[in-house]
Amino acid sequence: MPLTPKAAIKEVQDISSLAAKIFISAFKRPLYLKDVLTQMDVIGVGSLAVIILTGFFTGAVLTLQTSKTLSTFGAIGFTGQLVAVSLVRELGPVLASLMVAGRVGSGIASELGSMLVTEQINAMRALGTDPIKKLVVPRVVATTTMLPILTVVADAVGVIGGLFVAVFVLHISSNLYLNSAWDALNYMDVVGGLLKPLVFGATLSIVGCHCGLRTHGGTQGVGRSTTQAVVASSILILVFNLILTRIILAYTQ
Amino acid sequence: MTSEYVLEMKNVVKYYGDEPVLDGVSFKVFRGETKIIIGASGSGKSTILKLIMGLDRPDEGEILVEGQEITRMKESDLVAVRGKIGMVFQESALFDSLSVRENVAYQLYEIGVDEDEIESKVRETLGFVGLEDAIDKMPSELSGGMKRRVALARALIGHPDIMLYDEPTAGLDPITSRRINELIIALRDIKGVTGVFVTHRLRDAFTLATQYASNGGPTTTYHREGATLCIANTRFLLLRDGKIIFEGPDELLRRSEDPYIKRFLA
Repeated sequence: MPLTPKAAIKEVQDISSLAAKIFISAFKRPLYLKDVLTQMDVIGVGSLAVIILTGFFTGAVLTLQTSKTLSTFGAIGFTGQLVAVSLVRELGPVLASLMVAGRVGSGIASELGSMLVTEQINAMRALGTDPIKKLVVPRVVATTTMLPILTVVADAVGVIGGLFVAVFVLHISSNLYLNSAWDALNYMDVVGGLLKPLVFGATLSIVGCHCGLRTHGGTQGVGRSTTQAVVASSILILVFNLILTRIILAYTQ
Repeated sequence: MTSEYVLEMKNVVKYYGDEPVLDGVSFKVFRGETKIIIGASGSGKSTILKLIMGLDRPDEGEILVEGQEITRMKESDLVAVRGKIGMVFQESALFDSLSVRENVAYQLYEIGVDEDEIESKVRETLGFVGLEDAIDKMPSELSGGMKRRVALARALIGHPDIMLYDEPTAGLDPITSRRINELIIALRDIKGVTGVFVTHRLRDAFTLATQYASNGGPTTTYHREGATLCIANTRFLLLRDGKIIFEGPDELLRRSEDPYIKRFLA
């Protein structure tokens, strides 16, 4: 489908109306709590390994790079501070969300897409279930709640990854590294660092559901929806990150 | 107002894109009758079933289910209407993340029936389609014919008054198709279920139109109609390019002089 301005506006309209429907359905009975818990397990616990690896290596490489720059100013003692601030404010939320968009957003789009092309969604409606309530709401609720938690894990593991490099490669004392990391963080860093993944989680899961549910053209269409879900949600995450950073910084002074 | 017709379509028009798939379709289905809709691929057969189920809405016209107009109903009100209708989808459409038991029990879980009752009803319904042994299997472990029978069981568990069959025998071997057809005949003649049967396989259509079932003690027996008798409660509907070009019993369909019908039956 060529991206004409008209098609783009239609797309934004469709996603917004889906988001509104999700919000309304989330507070109306029946609530599928069991499905929410299952999705929390699949999305949250299932992404843990990816998040830990991402966090560790990001923290480690960040420490290597910043210490190199800082040492030219003789300020290597500030390494922990710079790593912690970069991780909690930016890299933790963004990288965790991008990894989850790749893993979960694509999974949601392909699962819902396959269910749609094999008429399982119609079968569900025929049996008296609203697919938005049964399939979409649990996925969106689970992703939106689990992503901030995963981000905290990514931040923490990132700092530990940095610690490894600081101690074993750069021979900075662990006390110096951890103290400067701890002192650097203020209240708004943490609030902002948790607000971002909340927004990104909602974004990537809603985009994933939207792409899955408008799949057409059989199995090939499922592949197309999956790709679109990952690309669109990744770009949206980066755009929203800029907007949110601007807002959070305005409140930081 | 109760109507003697269980289903009624009045001048229904449905477009997909710029092409009309249904172009002024009107028909009525009596209680206990099975309407067989035949036609070439793309003639709008499956669309009719989706519209009756309220899964899609027509662009023009009215659809009455048990006397209730459904085309302008809210999605939340449609749930009650769908409760009266069971549907067997093309390619079964079983939920592949759920076991056979959970698939068949799905509707009961949604209503909130208690566990013991669910178990006995699932076993009873699977018994009817002859698949009690497969209760713990996953859909991926089943053959095409077994899937179709599980789909039939899933649609039947809520004891619907109306059954919609969307090519339930497509892609199956003759013996398995026969088994499915017999189940549908038994539903029509013994349980009195009203049905709409969509197919492009004439052989299955004529089996349904010429055979009837009776209940002799514990077993169901199937009989063939005599040469002139018209016992089987079945009417045909032939669709061509979104229009109905024939409506009536199989005897009249076979005797039709219309060149398109002749070619279709040949």
